[in-house]
Amino acid sequence: MNLDDLIQQFQQKDKIAFEKLYTMYAENICGVINTIIQNPERAEELCQDVFVKIWEKSDSYNPTKGRFFTWILNIARNTAIDELRSKTHKNQKKNLHVHSLVGIFEKREDLNSKVDTIGIQTLLKGLKEKCMLLIDLLYYKGYTQKEVAKELNTPIGTIKTRIRSCISEIRKNMKL
Amino acid sequence: MDIEKYIASGILELYIAGALSAEENLDVQHYALQYPEIQKEIEAIEEAMLQLTKSTSPELSDTSFKKVLSRLDDTIPFLPATSEKRIPWASYVGWAASLLLIIGMTWLYLQNNDLKSEIELTNKENEDLQQTITKTQNTIVEKEALLQELRNKNVTVVALGGQKVAPTSFAKAYWNKNKGQGIIDSQGLPTPPAGYTYQIWSLTLDPLTPTSLGLLDNFDTDTSKMFTLPNTNDSQAFGITLEPEGGSPTPTMEQLYVLGTVGHMFLL
Repeated sequence: MNLDDLIQQFQQKDKIAFEKLYTMYAENICGVINTIIQNPERAEELCQDVFVKIWEKSDSYNPTKGRFFTWILNIARNTAIDELRSKTHKNQKKNLHVHSLVGIFEKREDLNSKVDTIGIQTLLKGLKEKCMLLIDLLYYKGYTQKEVAKELNTPIGTIKTRIRSCISEIRKNMKL
Repeated sequence: MDIEKYIASGILELYIAGALSAEENLDVQHYALQYPEIQKEIEAIEEAMLQLTKSTSPELSDTSFKKVLSRLDDTIPFLPATSEKRIPWASYVGWAASLLLIIGMTWLYLQNNDLKSEIELTNKENEDLQQTITKTQNTIVEKEALLQELRNKNVTVVALGGQKVAPTSFAKAYWNKNKGQGIIDSQGLPTPPAGYTYQIWSLTLDPLTPTSLGLLDNFDTDTSKMFTLPNTNDSQAFGITLEPEGGSPTPTMEQLYVLGTVGHMFLL
């Protein structure tokens, strides 16, 4: 079964299709959240919240407006960012690195040790800090291209070519 | 269109991130459908991001999805529209039953009241009948007693004939001298005018001396017209005069209705 059919069934409130999508994307969603909040236990709880939201909001996903992954990525980072702003998180007084992807990379450990998973150290090998910052803003913080251009005081065109080269490096690292 | 240049621009990376404007997003969708290379590139970029995001996931517990599933039934309302529109039959039936019960109770109450009044009416009728029976029995006893009196061997019957003022009138006196009692049968007398009453007199003839025996009171209401009066006189005649109400000390001879002498007809 292809992804489009699976998503269609899920949108018709098919729980079996929903479980398949969960199996496919749970680690991605939990990984995004953990990268942002850097708290594995809390990340798993928030990850469950995200999937409940995905189920509830299933009608609002429109395939003509973007990829399913992009849609759930957006829900996940919004949930995680809300957590960062919440009192619960602030009370823990965690000294987070401003740029979460850099922070998690600098821990020098592979969180997900599953056989089919390529470690973060491998994936980000050789990437400049500028790249990690750009990936962080665009994928983990949900900045628009205009917001990134303004934040980094760089033209949109440059942002685009730079992110292209950063992702290309990851893709090369995947083949290592 | 230069596909390679389009891919190299980095717009597809931003597409996966969701960082494009709605317009640019539609462009990408459009080209992806048109050019398989672009679709393939989109999937490759997505795969890179899937790998990166997956690499930072904590180890998920086996029960993780079950926890999600357990929260779904609480959050998804099932068939809310139909359940809201459902007709509350139980409620309607309840009210209808109550109404029927009230109607039934009222009907029974009214029926019971009717029966009660019927019983009362019947009881009253019974009482009336009982009274009538008693009355009739009393009348019979009275008549029986009267008849016995009239049949008594000591009774002298005196016929009183009509006089000048009422020639067609007549009366009879049944006089039991031993008992000192007279019974006057006044059936042959007309009803006295208002304010007047008949008075009965015992007479001795030589000299003519009248003695009042009494008044025939309630003449018009007494259906038998039989009056019992004491008479201890040695009467030689009896007369009845019409007198003003309450009677007179001496008879008004002009209003003498009937008169009869003792022994004139029968002497038993």
